[in-house]
Amino acid sequence: MLLTGSQILFECLREQEVDTIFGYPGGTILNIYDAMIDYPEITHYLTSHEQGAAHAADGYARSTGKVGVCFATSGPGCANLVTGIATAYMDSSPVVFITANVAENLLGKDTFQEVDITGITMPITKWNYMVRSADELADVVREAFAIARSGRPGPVMIDITKNATAEKAEFETLPRELHHTQGRLKRLLERRANESDLKPAEPVMEDIETAVRMIKEAKRPMIICGGGVVRGRADKEFKEFAELVDAPVAITLMGAGGFRGRNPLTTGMIGMHGSQASNHAVDGCDLLIAVGCRFSDRVALNPATFAAQAKIIQIDIDRSEINKNVIVDHHVIGDAGQVLALLVERLEQMDHADWKEEVFKYPTETEYPESDKALTPSQITESIARICPQDTMVATDVGQHQMWVAQHFHYDYPGQLITSGGFGTMGFGLGAAIGAKVGNPDKTVVHITGDGCFRMNGNELAVVQAYDIPVITIIFNNSVLGMVRQWQTLIYHERYSQTTLDRSPDFVKYAEAFGLKGRRCTNQAEFEEALHEALECGHGYVIDCAIDTDEKVRPMVAGGNDITSFLLC
Amino acid sequence: MAEEARRHSLSVLVDNESGVLSQVSRMFSRKGYNIESLAVGTTDDPTVSRMTIEVVADDRHIELLSNQLSKLIFVHSVKILSPEKSIRRELVLLKVRADRPEVCDRVIQIANIFRASIIDVSQTSLTLAIIGEESKTDAIVELVKDFGVLELVRTGMVAIERGMNTITEATKEKGEFDYGKNVL
Repeated sequence: MLLTGSQILFECLREQEVDTIFGYPGGTILNIYDAMIDYPEITHYLTSHEQGAAHAADGYARSTGKVGVCFATSGPGCANLVTGIATAYMDSSPVVFITANVAENLLGKDTFQEVDITGITMPITKWNYMVRSADELADVVREAFAIARSGRPGPVMIDITKNATAEKAEFETLPRELHHTQGRLKRLLERRANESDLKPAEPVMEDIETAVRMIKEAKRPMIICGGGVVRGRADKEFKEFAELVDAPVAITLMGAGGFRGRNPLTTGMIGMHGSQASNHAVDGCDLLIAVGCRFSDRVALNPATFAAQAKIIQIDIDRSEINKNVIVDHHVIGDAGQVLALLVERLEQMDHADWKEEVFKYPTETEYPESDKALTPSQITESIARICPQDTMVATDVGQHQMWVAQHFHYDYPGQLITSGGFGTMGFGLGAAIGAKVGNPDKTVVHITGDGCFRMNGNELAVVQAYDIPVITIIFNNSVLGMVRQWQTLIYHERYSQTTLDRSPDFVKYAEAFGLKGRRCTNQAEFEEALHEALECGHGYVIDCAIDTDEKVRPMVAGGNDITSFLLC
Repeated sequence: MAEEARRHSLSVLVDNESGVLSQVSRMFSRKGYNIESLAVGTTDDPTVSRMTIEVVADDRHIELLSNQLSKLIFVHSVKILSPEKSIRRELVLLKVRADRPEVCDRVIQIANIFRASIIDVSQTSLTLAIIGEESKTDAIVELVKDFGVLELVRTGMVAIERGMNTITEATKEKGEFDYGKNVL
């Protein structure tokens, strides 16, 4: 049938079973927004800012495992997405960004609201497209979704010229299972010289056997649960594997939820703010099995001394991660779940009681000393963990609160913690929490933030109110940029440059201005009362918690140092 | 880690589309490498281009670069061509000042010795076309530089494997370019 480019776009989204879009309209994307009216199955969430839409689509994708979709107009609209796209890229989150550009005859003429967004986003997308005519659109959208979700997931951008959204082209619906039988996707798959089937590359058996041999020989094995376990939803296979090998498991920030935080094998988080048990275990092990972990500089702080006594096996879906940051002894390429299942088949129950005893001598969690402060971060996290349902989803911003929340909550399933690990985007949390709640309406979603982060993109409270999305925002308000200040205290001799945030707004009044309830708490009892009220009210709620300026994240290893040389314990 | 950095040739098959070249060159600059030589042209299939890229890197990093290249969606295959198993050639056009008959004779002699062809002659200059590796070009340039090199232009090195091996075939090293473009 003959449809406009805009209609073809929505027909393609229908093929992908997309029902949720976050976005912001504008002049060049008018045709698409006009066509949207005729697709009632789609719920569009209009955010306050395109960045919020990008984070919401990202949070939706991370929490549901589906592909998130985000719309924006040309020029400033799509430029505002850039931070959101980079955030999704660094954490391998599958989001398709659809933007409109000026009409083809106006391209390259510095037209009003024109920008070369495909050029700008090249380094931060898994792939991007510029579509200049309606007849190529369907093919491109199908390939874009396949690329976003396949292999190591990631953001894909489709920039469509305005003429392509208006002109008509022939369109036939094609079920998703058949997308690979024609057009671009068919050609893409044909390039796989030696792969006749369309499944992900099978792990090489020889590599599996070598890994099995290394695991059997190890006396002090240790496993890292990385973000790949979460993205691949390989938590079941991971648990089986870890329990079979009977090895301590350290969890990276992105790996939270890949392995149950309450499992007795868990040593807690690893790296810069990792637990003593995790960091000492890495240092003492003779075999390190890293699953879906790219050894970022926040984990392998000093690559030269990282796991110096150990042989390292890296399991990753992305070959380009092998040997990138840390040189490994052996690698297996493949999907985490598939590789782990193959390993499990070939292993028998092992027993490493002595080694575990050695590791678990060290604390797996930070014990904060008694404090004379009225309200401490550990009191807040303790109350949240006790009062909120166990399966509560947590979206965070970036900084001290992010680390406290990563350290002190036990995550049970992939997608339970939504946080900007790679890019470290302040202002990520509220948008992400909105996306998570929209994608998981039956779960409680808590947005944990700091006063610095919340001031950045707090305007998305308008979305919380307008669509009545019951996201609870909890602000760890220390009136400073806490993490930066912590570095200034410890490393920069208490020279506090531009980290003091003694300024407006009053966050309670701010919440009220958006039509939401807000409450300021100065002690644990007040906080718990507020949290109960927030959970019961069933609407958005802002809890502003006054904490001390000099609360610190412990432990801490300074960047580039050996993983056990703790600056703070 | 103490591996020595040397010049490597990478042969890359890519879609013949706009934006591909900038993505490839961006990848090298992003990882901190300078492209020493680059040659691009279509293959027997007009929708596919072949790039020959030369960079100075150690063996470990050339493998990382090749993995990164393989990851780009438009890349069909990547092969690291070892100097022992491949042939490299480039075309160099060299314009030399030759305004006296004895200089002219001398340049023609040198061209003949190196099997370079003279492709343009004027009253005051000669233009030579040389096909070969750097050593040959460098030698010619060295010999004629006293007469005055007016211009020099290179196509960039192209390289191909010796024998029956090809870039698309299964004789590649294990996993060299089939990192698994895991679509579907």
